[in-house]
Amino acid sequence: MATLALKNLAIGDLKNIDLHVKPGEIVCLSGTSGSGKSRLLRAIADLDLHTGNVQLGDTHQNDVPGNRWRSAVMLVPAESAWWHDTVGEHFSERVDETLQQLGLEADAFSWPVARLSSGEKQRLALARALSRKPAALLLDEPTANLDKDSTERVERWLLDIIRQQQLPTLWVAHHEDQIARVADRHFHIVDSGIEQQELTQ
Amino acid sequence: MNVIELAWWQLALAALLVIALAACTFLARLGVGKSLLIAATRTAIQLTLVGLVLEALFSVGSLHWVALMGIGMLLLAGREVVARQKYTLRGGWSFGIGTLSMFISAFAVTVLTLVAVISPSPWYTPQYAIPLLGMLLGNTMTGVALSLDRLTESAQRSRAVIENRLMLGETAQQALSEFRRDAMRAGLTPIINAMAAAGIVSLPGMMTGQILAGTAPALAVKYQILIMFTIAAGTGFGTFVAVAVCARRLFDGRERLRLDRLRGSS
Repeated sequence: MATLALKNLAIGDLKNIDLHVKPGEIVCLSGTSGSGKSRLLRAIADLDLHTGNVQLGDTHQNDVPGNRWRSAVMLVPAESAWWHDTVGEHFSERVDETLQQLGLEADAFSWPVARLSSGEKQRLALARALSRKPAALLLDEPTANLDKDSTERVERWLLDIIRQQQLPTLWVAHHEDQIARVADRHFHIVDSGIEQQELTQ
Repeated sequence: MNVIELAWWQLALAALLVIALAACTFLARLGVGKSLLIAATRTAIQLTLVGLVLEALFSVGSLHWVALMGIGMLLLAGREVVARQKYTLRGGWSFGIGTLSMFISAFAVTVLTLVAVISPSPWYTPQYAIPLLGMLLGNTMTGVALSLDRLTESAQRSRAVIENRLMLGETAQQALSEFRRDAMRAGLTPIINAMAAAGIVSLPGMMTGQILAGTAPALAVKYQILIMFTIAAGTGFGTFVAVAVCARRLFDGRERLRLDRLRGSS
């Protein structure tokens, strides 16, 4: 149960980013392409050089080795590039229930990843990331390759886990209606900073 | 056994063959005639000079001259490792890694072989030390250069894969592991092939040279086996060090992939 806090974070064109994401809270982030949404997430995951302060609870980014930080503050990219050969190899135990909740078939556990569609791969990436028990989530357009039904199914699954495990979550989203469905707060990238937006209900 | 003396005019006959080849490529507009002639001229000049240097070195035979020559050869080899890389590490790191690896793969192995195996008296006798070092430098250089080239190129090309693994909480070395393995394999494959094919597909150059120069084949073979083993060991250890140091340098203290430390050759 820890708050994810950004203080005076700067990367690329973005400057002086201050943001507190409370446990179990979903903060949506939007912005035109190239505005730096993904780079901001990469900085929080400590994948790129940046200045400023990021902390999870009392732990500063630099207090723990990079790999420990990233297994706690888990970034799921818009498209994953690294896969094992079969679906099952990504998990240390059977996750049939998870796969079912994500709308994948029950026997998907033994499927070769090469057979999956891009939408199925995206769901596998989410399941893999969550199976590593992170303490905070950074989601970069987690439903970009999904149809409407799968999108809502994945949203429900994510909301359940985020609320239940009290994960502070930064969620990069494009669609207004998705933001309305999942966001507790919504920020839009304007010039070199972020600006809070009204939530439409 | 006597070696048949080679006169300069006999070499000139061999040179005529190269000139004839150059003339043919020129007529066929293959566009390699000029570089062929330049390379042939360089060979003649460079080897003649080295011959003079070696003659002088053999007659002096003192440790510091042998050491100076050895270090000069080592630095040149370090530079050669970097010369044809597609990507190099900024800040002279590639040259440093190249020279360090060549020191281990060739310099250390040569000294070890001289002291522990061949044991001439004194151990640095230039007639043994310099050719041995030269063989090791020349042959292990390929492996070290290939492995470095493979590692930096896969880091550049497979950035998304490596960073995806980092995002899942893996350490830098875990995220790079498959590319490290690839790089080691790329470095060691030539010498493994050479050892497997030696005597069947090809007669190794050193052995052939010794036999031409009058050494009994059985003894030449022993020297060739010795050389093959030292090249294999040198290439292995040199490649190992090169890949380990380069892999470390591709990440920073926060285990971020730092491709900004690579410079593409133009």
